[in-house]
Amino acid sequence: MALRLPRAGLSQVGALAVILLVNWIVSPQFFDIRLQDGRLFGSLIDVLNRGAPVALLSLGMVLVIAMRGIDLSVGAVMAICGAIAASLADSHALPVVLAASLGAGLLCGLWNGILVAVLGIQPIVATLILMVAGRGIAQLITEGRIVTFTSPALAWFGGGSVLGLPTPIVLTLVMLGLTAAIVRGTALGLLIEAAGGNARAAALSGVGTRAITVAVYVWCGLCAGLAGIVAAADILGADANNAGLWLELDAILAVVIGGTSLFGGRFSIPLAVIGALIIQAMNTGILLSGFPPEFNLIVKAVVVLAVLLLQSPRLGLKLGRRKP
Amino acid sequence: MKRLAPVLATTAVFLIGYLVCTLTFPNFASLRVAMNLLTDNAFLGIVAVGMTFVIISGGIDLSVGSVIGFTTVFLALVIERAGMPPLLAFVAILAICAAFGALMGSVIQYFDLPPFIVTLAGMFLARGLSFLLSTESIPINAGLYSHLADYALRLPGGARLTVPAMIMLATVIGGALLLHGTRFGANVFALGGARGSAALMGINVGRSTVLIYMLSSLLAGLSGIVFSLYTSSGYSLSAVGVELDAIAAAVIGGTLLSGGYGFVLGTFVGVLIQGLIQTYISFDGSLSSWWAKIATGLLLFAFIGFQQATLHMARRGRLRPAAGVAS
Repeated sequence: MALRLPRAGLSQVGALAVILLVNWIVSPQFFDIRLQDGRLFGSLIDVLNRGAPVALLSLGMVLVIAMRGIDLSVGAVMAICGAIAASLADSHALPVVLAASLGAGLLCGLWNGILVAVLGIQPIVATLILMVAGRGIAQLITEGRIVTFTSPALAWFGGGSVLGLPTPIVLTLVMLGLTAAIVRGTALGLLIEAAGGNARAAALSGVGTRAITVAVYVWCGLCAGLAGIVAAADILGADANNAGLWLELDAILAVVIGGTSLFGGRFSIPLAVIGALIIQAMNTGILLSGFPPEFNLIVKAVVVLAVLLLQSPRLGLKLGRRKP
Repeated sequence: MKRLAPVLATTAVFLIGYLVCTLTFPNFASLRVAMNLLTDNAFLGIVAVGMTFVIISGGIDLSVGSVIGFTTVFLALVIERAGMPPLLAFVAILAICAAFGALMGSVIQYFDLPPFIVTLAGMFLARGLSFLLSTESIPINAGLYSHLADYALRLPGGARLTVPAMIMLATVIGGALLLHGTRFGANVFALGGARGSAALMGINVGRSTVLIYMLSSLLAGLSGIVFSLYTSSGYSLSAVGVELDAIAAAVIGGTLLSGGYGFVLGTFVGVLIQGLIQTYISFDGSLSSWWAKIATGLLLFAFIGFQQATLHMARRGRLRPAAGVAS
């Protein structure tokens, strides 16, 4: 039952298809893919490639939201991890760079998890602390400069390719498989749904709510760290001010578009990634169609509202279905 | 007295911080610095008052920063390009903002959606609209603007109580009276405490929710007016991230993010503390501005820890005598 799409998934896949179709209409070359220097190029690949950081973030975010939490700090964590990776890249071996950077993401997640699960602070507030302070910490690491690097090993994470597919896409697919295998391949997903649906009932029936909560925040931090590395590798540098800026909102949006309930207890990992792709496909479509990029935010707002309003009557339908 | 403990703690932190600043920089103790503190943080103070209402009612408003940005661009365009008299423009933008807030409140209330996501959409919408209006910074040269910018109550020591500072102080006092002295204020607390019980008690939950978000957006509009007075320009990227500063100010000021508890005065002191950190950094000169973010984060952590501890103690204190009755 690894990647079972819920029945509701049809609308998200449909929405993505419609947006891609619209993109194809405004730009007839949209589906053209060509192989050059052993790497695939084309608008469709571009959508997947550019959407990778938000897709990675949404992989962690979906579990956090399923636990009735939220993680506002992922953008700041991206900045921290990108800053660490960029400042170590030219002086240390790749394993050290990755370990340091992902380790920082893990620690950030652990901090959030402990605040939420052990100290009992509301998720919005707990992660707000790191959201505010994290960007300052990232600037501390880069000493306020934009740190650049030349290490080809790290640059591979942004611009390289595996069997013709750009690395960010491959990383996203690997993380998607890994997350789905861990969560849906074991009882963990069921436990997350139980704890997110009713934390107290779950705890009373013996679910280790506290440990699971810490674990999902740690996973979220790890995903954010990886997204930070990809973003830094993409531009061959770390900009503590702008790396991952507002991406936490995109990630939350992707998860919500993917049909995960903000009230916990119902989630879908693959659909969150599709949500991220929907957002990126819209952004690319607006660019391709020649509209000024200023339209981006308005289109996004309209889509959010449409998704929300679609979800709202669905709540009503569900209530109606329960009656015999 | 015990009820006011968080505000007193915040005020104590502010006073200690001010003392530390004056010990480090003797010039800090002047009335002039204090008045500049008010002027520089006027727009944040106004918007934070609205945020306090929203948070006490159990909601959150992420759109305020974008609404400020939209307001400054709108004012610059209609005053400079369309030649509308500034006062008329103020009335128009306040009406637009109030309608925007009422719309968000209605969506939250009647479609039963989380405020977080609805106001997130509002944030995108308002920022997007201001981008559409103009992406460049437009200077405002209307006569009223320079007049208002120059006008100030002159105090001893070269200090000036400027118009933005006066508007902020009036908003804080008005907000405190509205929250702690009227039926609407009591409804706000009731909504944040327990929505269901509030409805059962006969409070018009829908109307109150719409009014709360309307108030928040209205104050964001007022804050935008003050911001445009302060900078004499309109820019679509102004006030990015102000919503976070406003939330932080409310939390530092003792407002519980879970709702049902908070003070306008505490929020005001929270704004002053954030301003104090900025002023300290600019006085020092060698510290970089990113320290402000880290310091605000640490303060947030300290105050949230303090809140959790007091809540925990209050719960334990309440449980002991009631244990026999409850079970």
